[in-house]
Amino acid sequence: MKSSLIKSTVIFLGLFFLYFPILVLIFYSFNENKRVMVWKGFSLRWYNELFNNEQIIEAFIISIKIAALSATFATILGVMIGYSLVRIRKIPFKSFYIFLSSTPLVLPELILGLSMLLFFINLNNVIGFPSSRGQLTIFISHVTFCIAFVAIIIQARLTDFNKNIEEAAMDLGYNYTKVLYKITLPIILPSIIAGWLLAFTISLDDLVVASFTTGPGANTLPIVVFSKVRLGLSPEVNALSAILMFALIIIGLFYFYFNKKFKH
Amino acid sequence: MKNKLFEKYFVFSPYFWLVLFFFIPLAIIFKISISVSEWGMPPYQDIFLFDNGFKINTTFENYVYIFSDYYYIGSFVNSLILALISTFFCLLIGFPLAFYIATSNIRLRNILLVLVVIPFWSSFLLRVYAWKIILQNNGILNVILLNLGITSEPLQLLYNQYAVIMGIVYTYLPLMILPLYGYLNKFDLNLIEASKDLGLNRIKTFFKVILPLSVPGIVAGSLLVFIPVVGEFIIPEMLGGSDRLYYGKILWEEFFVNRNWPGASALAFSGIIILVLPIVIFQILYSRWSQKNEI
Repeated sequence: MKSSLIKSTVIFLGLFFLYFPILVLIFYSFNENKRVMVWKGFSLRWYNELFNNEQIIEAFIISIKIAALSATFATILGVMIGYSLVRIRKIPFKSFYIFLSSTPLVLPELILGLSMLLFFINLNNVIGFPSSRGQLTIFISHVTFCIAFVAIIIQARLTDFNKNIEEAAMDLGYNYTKVLYKITLPIILPSIIAGWLLAFTISLDDLVVASFTTGPGANTLPIVVFSKVRLGLSPEVNALSAILMFALIIIGLFYFYFNKKFKH
Repeated sequence: MKNKLFEKYFVFSPYFWLVLFFFIPLAIIFKISISVSEWGMPPYQDIFLFDNGFKINTTFENYVYIFSDYYYIGSFVNSLILALISTFFCLLIGFPLAFYIATSNIRLRNILLVLVVIPFWSSFLLRVYAWKIILQNNGILNVILLNLGITSEPLQLLYNQYAVIMGIVYTYLPLMILPLYGYLNKFDLNLIEASKDLGLNRIKTFFKVILPLSVPGIVAGSLLVFIPVVGEFIIPEMLGGSDRLYYGKILWEEFFVNRNWPGASALAFSGIIILVLPIVIFQILYSRWSQKNEI
């Protein structure tokens, strides 16, 4: 009995630690006062101001656009990598392939951002493109470091599933391409969706790489938020936090739903 | 024959993308890090000169410059220490949590696991920002401390290295718990019973049975926390003060403030060599080894 008490206490304290800051943030978003820390009364004032803040709304739209596009590209390329690593035997310079597809997972964002920026500057010197940095360069950078996350999910899923199904289909006269589109892809679809959701969230949340590769007209939401809270507090960001946390947690739940689905 | 074409398409599309947008940028960092710096735009000279016949124009001065100045080495060391301390605390909090989740009954286990990881999905920046609110001079923590009579005036909790550690442990905790849980979940709980039956007490069971079996999880979780924390920029920028300088901040300022591109590139490339390369090699070897031994 004593040990189960310890167990419940540890789990309770752990969850409290994880959720307390989020609850504090949501709580203060309803504070009427402009001075964030002094409670003046319940109000939705800052939500109202948030929806009228053109800078934030614009940044939000840009971020969603970049996130959706880069998640889609990263998912396509990530699925290809996952599939290649598990199902295709002959990959030239396989160690290099693994190096390329796993290093972005462990490379500090700062180094990745710097390398992308210097790359784009050099590329512009050589071929005159991209003449200025902006949404396109952020998109390319985000695809590059999201690929690895999708690949790892797909790789795990394909390692798990029984190759016999594919071989049976082949024996029944399906050719290679048909097996892929009619058997393999539908079976791993939940993992593909999970990978897309993960890539979408990573892109939406990225500050460091975007800060390096941004340019005129491409202030993403994290960049705008960071500029507002770097030195102080902002009641509008509190309101934004509450909404964003809620939305992202829903996305997270969907991710778990799709990613775990195949395990049962 | 058609299969071949199709396989090539699958292998080479991502190959092409990653070589172009990942490998070449890394190579460019290396190139600039061995270039001679000068005033101008871009602020470095070409490494190949053709004006008076062909000449290779490289230098290791940027590396010498960094590794002979305490300002840079010190911040590198600060980051490593910060990463070590934060990883330790993540492990200290994460291990019991992961262990107790893994030993719960199966339905509760899944719910708890989702509950632990979900905060990780909400915005990183905003979770750090939340600590800025909590640690303010008139923030919740100070109010509690004042009311309990532990302190008579508000403590300066923000803008120092402790706030940075707090923020890091908070944001990276799920990254520690997940792999730990993955390994703890796999192992047979009867082992604990067996060791108790054989007369080992609780502490001995922990050190002789549970801990050795969870080493792979501890290694995986620690790496997931340690590496990004060394390069962490946002958390020290939001919660830290001027008492400690870290690698991320130095790299950022070397590039954006000092406009020393070769210096910043040398810093970045040193980071890759010291930090990332050993870990990637370790992972490739480890995955080969475990495939061979079918673990």
